Amino acid sequence: MLKVENINVYYGSIHAIKGVSFDVNKGEIVTLIGANGAGKSTILNTVSGLLKSKTGSVTFLGNTISGIVPHKIVTRGLAQVPEGRRVFLNMTVEENLEMGAFTRKSSELRDSIDDVYERFPRLKERRKQIAGTLSGGEQQMLAMGRALMSKPELLMLDEPSMGLAPLLVEQIFDIIKELNALGTTILLVEQNAQMALSIADRGYVLETGRIVTSAKASDLLNNDAVKKAYLGG
Amino acid sequence: MKNNEKIIPMPLRYLINIVLFVVFLLVMNNLIVSGTIPKYYAGVISFIGVNIILAVSLNIATGYLGQLPLGHAGFMAIGAYTSALIMKAASGSATIFPFALIAGGLIAALFGLIIGIPALRLKGDYLAILTLGFGEIIRVILLNIDNVLGFTLTNGAAGLQKIPKTTNFLITFIMVGITCYVIHTMMKSRHGRAILSIRENEIASESCGINTTYYKTLGFVVSAFFAGIAGGLYAGNIGILSPSAFNFMKSIEILVMVVLGGMGSMFGSVLSATVLTALPEALRRFEDYRMVVYSLVLVIVMIFKPSGLMGTYDFSLNGLLDKLILKFRGNHTEKGAMPQEKKGEAAVRKKEGKLK
Repeated sequence: MLKVENINVYYGSIHAIKGVSFDVNKGEIVTLIGANGAGKSTILNTVSGLLKSKTGSVTFLGNTISGIVPHKIVTRGLAQVPEGRRVFLNMTVEENLEMGAFTRKSSELRDSIDDVYERFPRLKERRKQIAGTLSGGEQQMLAMGRALMSKPELLMLDEPSMGLAPLLVEQIFDIIKELNALGTTILLVEQNAQMALSIADRGYVLETGRIVTSAKASDLLNNDAVKKAYLGG
Repeated sequence: MKNNEKIIPMPLRYLINIVLFVVFLLVMNNLIVSGTIPKYYAGVISFIGVNIILAVSLNIATGYLGQLPLGHAGFMAIGAYTSALIMKAASGSATIFPFALIAGGLIAALFGLIIGIPALRLKGDYLAILTLGFGEIIRVILLNIDNVLGFTLTNGAAGLQKIPKTTNFLITFIMVGITCYVIHTMMKSRHGRAILSIRENEIASESCGINTTYYKTLGFVVSAFFAGIAGGLYAGNIGILSPSAFNFMKSIEILVMVVLGGMGSMFGSVLSATVLTALPEALRRFEDYRMVVYSLVLVIVMIFKPSGLMGTYDFSLNGLLDKLILKFRGNHTEKGAMPQEKKGEAAVRKKEGKLK
């Protein structure tokens, strides 16, 4: 479904991503794990078009999407939940969701909003509330709900566990699993490697801009090197 | 506000506003024409109208889009000179005036597009400095273009004189009404939402599939267009244009109106444009102190209400009426339905008491 081949991304003169290739198949949950500064978010931002790669290509559903502007990539069925949630703080919950469906016809809006409310009952309770007054976990749900409003084939999540209480993290990951079971393919970027690998099908381990290991998630959980580096021994 | 249902149906809401606005126009116009309001004050009122358009249009770029352009006087100057030159060529024909006004707006919008595309790649202070430079360039061009062209176009520092005075209170305030209506409708539409979402969070709005470059430019161009219209009205009101009227201080003056009124509040912009235009006139008696008072007002407001007089609150007459109707109905139902509920509650309490 998504194929990333040999991308090299630079921030000015800093070579952040060094020849990374990976792929995501339909129906999978794939995770990219790695320490701070390994380049996880940079890779997601490159796929969604916010950053440009100097070489290589990104192919989605058989079409090359590298070099296309971000808002056009969204219309092709690829949605991103950006790092740090980034909800529209001064808009209400429902307005936030409506913004997520910006690329779609307004006649389909109502159904999609109801779908999201069904998935996140908490958001329905707070639909008229200003997003800035939601808790961190609720904002994460809202950010995910907003991304789902574009009816994506592939949903990319950037650190959904960031800054959340452990209980909420589990809740969020349960929802990710549910979404996947309903047919949304997921590309998950996480620092919380244990959690990410426990729900993923496959995983890639990143280190300073390179993929060092890739395997089935269950194998990575038992891999000694990975255990030592990311899972606390 | 947002939780309130709209009780008054949609066409009626427009009708109420239009009727009240027309009544306001007719009453004021009568007062001015009959001389009840002296000519001098009528002039001040017209400038209030021009300043309202300027503040409301700048509010698109500052309040809604969240940028800080400092070259609004530049767009105003372009509109003013364009429509003044056309009106001079048409020797004051009243039928040409609307076209001259729109031409002024369009040329200003064109410059908004030219300057907006590179400027909006920048943020915050960088955008401020770039637009500041643009405003000054326009002023300096207006000063010196005659020497370059070799014939008299803007008449340099001496100023463009004997511009037909084609505007009056009525025309100015009809334009104020149209401006406010168009901007209000635009901001309530899908496009307005997109512009607001950019202010809220640019990356998030990009990831929602919003073409942020397009919408930023759109906001900037619309803002410039209405500044051009305001310029045209200004020229028609005052009858003489000199480049020094459009200096950096003019841009700051408009920005102060927007910030004082509350960024993102159209009502706030209208209110503070009115107050800040009228205040220096009202204080004319205290000649020496009036700038002190003016500055003091700004300092005090910013200390005690940094979000501006209105914050982001926008006044809606119909919203107010809705609330009043709700309250009225609420009182009625309270008398009828509420007591029964209370009786029920009381009965439950009695039972509980017995059980205890």
